[in-house]
Amino acid sequence: MKGKTIILIIYFILLLIPIYWMVNTSFKTNFEIGRMITLVPDKGTSDNYLKIFTSPIWMKSFGQTLLYVFINVAIVLVTAVPAAYAFSRFKFRGSQHLFFWLLTNRMAPGAAFLVPMFTLFSALRLFDTLMAVSLAHCLFNLPLAIWILEGFMRGIPKQIDETAFIDGYSFFRFFRKIFLPLIKQGIGVTAFFCFMFSWVELLLSRTLTSVGVKPVTVAMTRSLGAGGWDYGVIAAAGVLTMIPGAVVVYFVRNYIVKGFAMGRV
Amino acid sequence: MKTKVIWFLLPSLLVMSISAFLPVMTVLNYSLHVLFPGSIPQYVGLQNFKDALADAKLINAMRRQFIYTIEILLIQIPLGLALALTLPRRGIFVGLVLVLLGIPLLIPWNVVGIMWRLFVRSDIGVLPAAFARIGLAYSVESAGDAWWTIVIMDVWHWTPLVTLLCYAGLQAIPQEFYQAAKVDAASKVATFRYVTLPKLRHVLIIAVLLRCMDSFKVYDEPFILTAGGPGSSTELLSMYVSRQAIGAFNMGLSSAMSLVYFIIVLVLCYVLYIAMSKIGERK
Repeated sequence: MKGKTIILIIYFILLLIPIYWMVNTSFKTNFEIGRMITLVPDKGTSDNYLKIFTSPIWMKSFGQTLLYVFINVAIVLVTAVPAAYAFSRFKFRGSQHLFFWLLTNRMAPGAAFLVPMFTLFSALRLFDTLMAVSLAHCLFNLPLAIWILEGFMRGIPKQIDETAFIDGYSFFRFFRKIFLPLIKQGIGVTAFFCFMFSWVELLLSRTLTSVGVKPVTVAMTRSLGAGGWDYGVIAAAGVLTMIPGAVVVYFVRNYIVKGFAMGRV
Repeated sequence: MKTKVIWFLLPSLLVMSISAFLPVMTVLNYSLHVLFPGSIPQYVGLQNFKDALADAKLINAMRRQFIYTIEILLIQIPLGLALALTLPRRGIFVGLVLVLLGIPLLIPWNVVGIMWRLFVRSDIGVLPAAFARIGLAYSVESAGDAWWTIVIMDVWHWTPLVTLLCYAGLQAIPQEFYQAAKVDAASKVATFRYVTLPKLRHVLIIAVLLRCMDSFKVYDEPFILTAGGPGSSTELLSMYVSRQAIGAFNMGLSSAMSLVYFIIVLVLCYVLYIAMSKIGERK
């Protein structure tokens, strides 16, 4: 038992070292970052964070990113719940093929879709809008959501549906009052994963935006290109992007294991 | 009931047609043409695919990609499983451990790259300094070290996912199996081999598949860390293909490359899935 604990502690230290180094860097002046390797900031400064909080560009980026992530999660949930219900309840011709086709999109490499996505969203006049990013992220989030939700729904006996209909429930009333509460864990897990994959994605969101919308991840990489790195600010922005994830993971920590246990993620 | 199915599926199919079906069809269409911006497309059949497969740089990127994927699978799957076995099953630390494991997964991918760049750069990173202190030479600017850095970075980033999957799988195994094993006086190794491993089969298949397909998709982290360099020693498939897609002129050729790339991922996942299901059955 002792040995196990020691192994775990070593692993978590290794896990945290790079994160610590970024946090550490974010509290240093650029002079200190460039000149010396210090394990704790020599003269701690919160300037890097102040620069971000007082910059309308950075704040807009954070706001927009959170917004398109939420839109994406909303679109995915609204469309995936009925689809997953259909897959879990009805056997129709081609249902397995359709399901497999949906899953192949989870494997689709974003890099292979850059040009057509750009062309398509330009043609739809969606280029450089929040909607474009939200829709593009459905490419990998929607199949994942259907996959997870279908797993949860299959665990709920069909008799429940039938009993409700015999008791005279209309479909929508049954769905809202009985079915949705039964799969709320599944919805939580799904929302978590959609949030995660949309929040962390860069390639598509960068291709589909220019001036009007600036995802945080893009704002960071763009500020890299222009004449060297402002390492302090970049590190501070990096630390800030970790916060929403940390908050979300804290709230859903018990659901995650349940979600994984469905063997679906 | 049959006619109602379509109404359930319609919303998601509509969304998928925009975000997946139309783009794939567009790529397919492009790939069959010689296509330069501003000129009239010309149908050339499969010529672009022949050119793509004759491109030595693409083949090299592909080779690196396979090595990369094999390496990270060989490290992450055993390591993730081993960690899952050591995690506490209950108690006050479970929540803390799960949150810690979740953190790397929720950091935006480019921030992972940036974090590691801050960590390993020879001018500002602590890792080269630490290696120098104990008398080892390490430089992310050299090809060999750069390669290992992107592999280790991926291990750092994604092993927690494998761990979480296995951990959840372990939780789902009923305790009776272990009690029975104990009654039979089975050794620890035998219990693991004949009880735990078969029960985890499904979860392990998912872990391997997910890591395999996602390792093919990896882009942001290595791109920010090394940008494929030095030279093209760390240029993976996604980097080369997207460089062609954004920077190159011949959109037909780059589309053909994209499709080749997509098909490789599909076939590989399919073969892996079939192979792993077979292995499990034989047991």
